Amino acid sequence: MTNATELVKLSAAEMAAKLKAKEVSSRELTEAHLAVIEKAEPTVDAFLKVAFESALAEADAFDAKNAKGETEGLPELAGVPIAIKDMIVTKGIETTAASKILEGWVPPYDATVISKIKAAGMPILGKTNLDEFAQGSSTEHSAYKTTKNPWDAERVPGGSGGGSASAVGAFEAPIALGTDTGGSIRQPGAFTGTVGVKPTYGGVSRFGAIAMASSLDQIGPVSRTVLDSALLHEVIGGHDKRDSTSIPREVPPVVAAAREGLKMDLTGLKVGLVKELSGDGFQADVEARFNESVKLLEGMGAEVVEVSCPHFPAALGAYYIIMPSEVSSNLARYDGMRYGLRVMPPAGVPQTAANMMAYTREAGFGDEVKRRIILGTYALSAGYYDAWYGSAQKVRTLVIEDFKNAFEKVDVLVSPTAPTTAFKFGEKTADPITMYLGDVTTIPANMGGVPAMSIPAGLGDDGMPVGFQFFAPQMQDEKMYKPAAALEAALENQWGGPIWNKLNTPWLAD
Amino acid sequence: MAEKLMKFSEAVKKYDPVIGLETHVELSTNTKLFCPAHIEFGGEPNTQLTPVSLGLPGSLPVINKTAVDYAIKLGLALHCEIAEWSQFARKNYFYPDMPRDYQISQYDKPTNGNGYLDVELDDGSVFRVPIERAHIEDDAGKNTHIGGADGRIEGADHSLVDYNRAGVPLIEIVTKPIEGVGDRAAEIAGAYMRTLRDIVRALNISHARMEQGNMRADVNVSLRPSPSDPYGTRSETKNVNSFRGIEKTITYEIRRQAARLDEGKEILQETRHWDESTQTTAGGRLKTDADDYRYFPDPDLVMLHITKEHIAEIAAEMPEMPRERRNRLQKEWGLSDLQMRDIINADALDLIEETVKAGAKAAGARKWWLGELSREANKKEVSLEELPITPADVAEVEKLIASGKLNDKLAKQTVAGVLAGEGTPDEVVKKHGYKIVEDTGAIEAAVDEALAANPDVAEKLKSGNMKPMGVIIGAVMKATRGQADAKAVTKIVMSKVKG
Amino acid sequence: MPTFSREEIVHLGDLARIALTDEEITRLQGELNVIADSINEVQKVAGPDVQPTANPVPLEAYLRPDVAETPLTQAEALAGGPKTEAGMFVAPRIQE
Repeated sequence: MTNATELVKLSAAEMAAKLKAKEVSSRELTEAHLAVIEKAEPTVDAFLKVAFESALAEADAFDAKNAKGETEGLPELAGVPIAIKDMIVTKGIETTAASKILEGWVPPYDATVISKIKAAGMPILGKTNLDEFAQGSSTEHSAYKTTKNPWDAERVPGGSGGGSASAVGAFEAPIALGTDTGGSIRQPGAFTGTVGVKPTYGGVSRFGAIAMASSLDQIGPVSRTVLDSALLHEVIGGHDKRDSTSIPREVPPVVAAAREGLKMDLTGLKVGLVKELSGDGFQADVEARFNESVKLLEGMGAEVVEVSCPHFPAALGAYYIIMPSEVSSNLARYDGMRYGLRVMPPAGVPQTAANMMAYTREAGFGDEVKRRIILGTYALSAGYYDAWYGSAQKVRTLVIEDFKNAFEKVDVLVSPTAPTTAFKFGEKTADPITMYLGDVTTIPANMGGVPAMSIPAGLGDDGMPVGFQFFAPQMQDEKMYKPAAALEAALENQWGGPIWNKLNTPWLAD
Repeated sequence: MAEKLMKFSEAVKKYDPVIGLETHVELSTNTKLFCPAHIEFGGEPNTQLTPVSLGLPGSLPVINKTAVDYAIKLGLALHCEIAEWSQFARKNYFYPDMPRDYQISQYDKPTNGNGYLDVELDDGSVFRVPIERAHIEDDAGKNTHIGGADGRIEGADHSLVDYNRAGVPLIEIVTKPIEGVGDRAAEIAGAYMRTLRDIVRALNISHARMEQGNMRADVNVSLRPSPSDPYGTRSETKNVNSFRGIEKTITYEIRRQAARLDEGKEILQETRHWDESTQTTAGGRLKTDADDYRYFPDPDLVMLHITKEHIAEIAAEMPEMPRERRNRLQKEWGLSDLQMRDIINADALDLIEETVKAGAKAAGARKWWLGELSREANKKEVSLEELPITPADVAEVEKLIASGKLNDKLAKQTVAGVLAGEGTPDEVVKKHGYKIVEDTGAIEAAVDEALAANPDVAEKLKSGNMKPMGVIIGAVMKATRGQADAKAVTKIVMSKVKG
Repeated sequence: MPTFSREEIVHLGDLARIALTDEEITRLQGELNVIADSINEVQKVAGPDVQPTANPVPLEAYLRPDVAETPLTQAEALAGGPKTEAGMFVAPRIQE
């Protein structure tokens, strides 16, 4: 094992400690990851764009500061490199949302989270792959490439944030940012054996996150440990006056909660098993790993009860009305006028602005995106609005009430993150409905605006990772970090190390 | 194709017109409705943009407080109910000048609802126009059409888009159907628009210049056989941008629709356009499915909460409303109702008030703006405001008269000089050396000469017939190039003929 | 119970400004009918007494002070434009 291989296998917190102790420089960390990226990408295909030069320049800038002792007050993760889902706008680095319609677009501004990451001196390694405009659950809908699951290159990494999850899972990056509209951070986390967090809606600024469904989208951390996610959460969280849906409060104390959890004492914690998120459609091995983890929680002193959230099943249908409705409007701006692709109509068709827009959008959007735009256009149409969009917004009210009622009885809710382990390429693309059904476990958190996270809970019979999901009340994200960190520690004790000890990583060998 | 028209008097005898006005007022905030881009009229294209107003991916709207304050002000002035909770919605449609391809507007939860505006008509009576709502929304960019005739969209080869105007805050004031207007439909619409303009200006929330597009109206007209019948199908004439245009649109539409109804033809629900060159409205687009705007609450914005305290703060800052101001000024200036109405109709109230503030007497200020300057404005077909003379200039001229430095004739010449761009009144006077001739010797010589040249006049004056005095004064003025004072001349003539 | 006719898909394509191909229209018609069936259930869940929720976290709007910030330069604004001329974005002719 080379020094570089040892470095990339550290957690982000450990990297930060070494930076602080000046045992390693940000340049060394960044170069180590860029080297892994070069070796792993032919297998993993997690990145759409690698920012070699700017990453090293950012690392050098941090090292210069660090040498002069000017890093006081910076977040703990200062100097640790990071990968960014290509759904988040980065000034000077091409940002495409994995769509042909934005090919070549170089933004003139940074998302708020990117400004925070730059202010923290964290080098940006590059932009990771996703389903086009974050629409999909397998990253197969990227217009550019198919990202592979590091555990099995014939299987999907989940989606839409398959790129960030695989990059972190394959040690191409210690941490990454994702966006989660219906599970796009958590489900890839479950499929790749990584940690993925969707903060409370409004807990992290959406300014500069390319909008998919504005009332559901949330940026969040991707990492290999719960503490790393907490550390990143505190870098990116907090109020932003440029986002009207941002909550005017401080970031919840998630790092303290994660560190508290590592003590593995959950005495007094009440855990609710969501009755509706089990049974039919759930793989037996997924349920087995889930139940084993629940036992571990009990073993650490938690009291476990079953809780009913009767409207969660309906949340899926409501989500598939609200999400495409907002998509149809949010994606209207890709019209060939101001940025991205322009396609003129073929000969014989009037060469008008309207037709230019229609042919640009026909050529620039993929099938899944078009499907959702058409569905959303329909759902918002006069005459159907009340029946569809209106009903869906009412279901959202009921889901929020389910969460409120549940959190009167318990501190956190738990469920499997996804009903299945990672499936094979092409297995579900032919049938959008089965693909949609896989989101049943993750969608309630987006509909209810509550924080939720996935951590690895072991491997299924197919040798693929299984995810364990925690939900916490709105604006109390710290409540899930404590049991998550505790469960992570208990599982690692049982396994004799992190889950990725079982991961085969030929790209790390010399 | 020219449409058949019925005589107006006949049309309003046979049918009861119902009108409605949807007026867009551009607010004069420093920055845009949803982003901190500075707004300036006539800047370089595409230089007043942030990622938000250019509709860049990832950008998000944040509401401008001043725009909300202005909306509350207008709501108070229009006696509206101001909603404690209002909401912005997206109006979805594609157009090249729309940066996001949806407009952010208020739909079922507007900030202001259910008000009225009292407007004064020519005969002094007051008509109450019911207001449905006054909501906040953002403007689109501007298209310049290239390759067609006179920059029109028809026949253009392509268009150039400047998004500077995109995101400028607008308030749309929508009346309820205005009933009972009868043959005064056009007059009421015109009076309503002028009153609204005056209020908006008094509130200082918009430049309210129709010619710059700060204010534009969509004019709805429908006819029904009698006031007890349900409303007829209406036509909507879009973006009329002058008071006269609005009045003429209404008269034209009443005549056109009446002629159609008389022939048993139906009125199409359509959008039309007022064509200034032909003085007609032209049919536009039929209302169709394409108008399915798919409104829904903008998920990027949360509910707008307007507290009682906020409203009270704004209410405390409300300026005097135009009607009260008019009444006060009429009293201060000692004018009759008729005189006051002439001022209003000439759009000269602000100008006269400012002239008085600059030191002139009300009578003098009124004389200039309604006389000489109105004639000049008519001749040039511009508004009084657009004349290249300021109230301060007029006040200066008045001061020169009062101090005896100019007589009426010289004053007129001075004003002509200012209008010709020769500078301030002082500068014009200096440049031309205008001066009342006080040298009585020169005047006496001129009087002697004039009397000698007009012996018959001299005789009449001697016999006490003062009528031909003007002949002598005229001749003296001519001889002194207008610089003599008429009173002084008269005195000298009298002393000569009697002496 | 809405079902999607071919004409309806064509109309939705027009509204959404997407020049769908014949093959796409056929496919979408089938898929959307399946999706519609499953999400139609949503209408049965909530009664008339349930209030709709637009935003999951209850907030009231923050109102921004009316203070200008540095805008994009014209070059930055135009940089992404597929076609520009004289400092402006070029649109093909707007009228048919």
